[in-house]
Amino acid sequence: MNAPNENLALAHDDPLVIAGRAYRSRLLVGTGKYKDFAQTRAAIDASGAQIVTVAIRRTNIGQNPNEPSLLDHLPPSQFTLLPNTAGCYTVEDAVRTLQLARELLDGHTLVKLEVLGDPHTLFPNVRETIRAAEVLVKDGFEVMVYTSDDPIAARELEAVGCVAIMPLASLIGSGMGILNPWNLKLIIEQAKVPVLVDAGVGTASDAAIAMELGCAGVLMNTAIALAQDPVLMAGAMRKAVEAGREALRAGRMPRKFYAASPSSPTTGLIG
Amino acid sequence: MLSIVVNGSFRVCTDQTTVADLIRELALEGKRVAVERNGEIVPKSRLAETPLANGDRIEVVRAVGGG
Repeated sequence: MNAPNENLALAHDDPLVIAGRAYRSRLLVGTGKYKDFAQTRAAIDASGAQIVTVAIRRTNIGQNPNEPSLLDHLPPSQFTLLPNTAGCYTVEDAVRTLQLARELLDGHTLVKLEVLGDPHTLFPNVRETIRAAEVLVKDGFEVMVYTSDDPIAARELEAVGCVAIMPLASLIGSGMGILNPWNLKLIIEQAKVPVLVDAGVGTASDAAIAMELGCAGVLMNTAIALAQDPVLMAGAMRKAVEAGREALRAGRMPRKFYAASPSSPTTGLIG
Repeated sequence: MLSIVVNGSFRVCTDQTTVADLIRELALEGKRVAVERNGEIVPKSRLAETPLANGDRIEVVRAVGGG
């Protein structure tokens, strides 16, 4: 029995490469909306994720100096922290947030950029996102960028130097799944950098479909954190991302409306 | 005395206070935080040599859970 080892070798031979660094896991997870830091850590461990997103916010002043800190549970020595610009609506706020993150994380340059356009839907403002990406790339950041599923926007973001394009599958936190697989396909086909679905995944099958479409990875938060059992769902997502990737590499059979080609021999029937 | 704004709240400091002193007063010494003074990042290595001035606007940030 050496099948498990072969599977390990497969995963090892098929890393996700972002900005020249290889990652074993193609599942990236957020750290928001969990009950507490212990649950956050347990879910992330179950997900197998190596890249985890964090937000940058004001420190509470004078409230509880011994308040637990997220990074005590997710030490940068064990995870690649991906600071995001969640909640930023302007180029200036996004750039300022990531410059602070770089200082906070000792010069770390891999970041997730999102510039929102609407507080109701959290739809990205693509024009501002492109502007912010230009500023950040010039400033030495490696920008993984959240955007709409518009192939032209994706192409422009790649042209300004983003290291990964991360279109939404559906709206942030909606759990509506992959609403436009054809646009994702167009983006994946043209891109020379990894394309990751970011936002909209609701359950494991959504993650598998994203990977079968050819996404290099999937980034999610709410689908795990707001599951009834986040740790169990985190494991399901790990398997779904791995299964979808392996199915893509295996190459699925062609779809036929009907085949009249049974899987069992047509000869040697009794009677 | 100096009157400054830290994370949106007014605060009074003695003259000669540095940013490092302020971080100590806030019980944040040794914590993983980043500091901005009047919109400019103050690198960790310069906290002790950066004096506060009257009217300064200071932001102290940290990493929190987010997606």
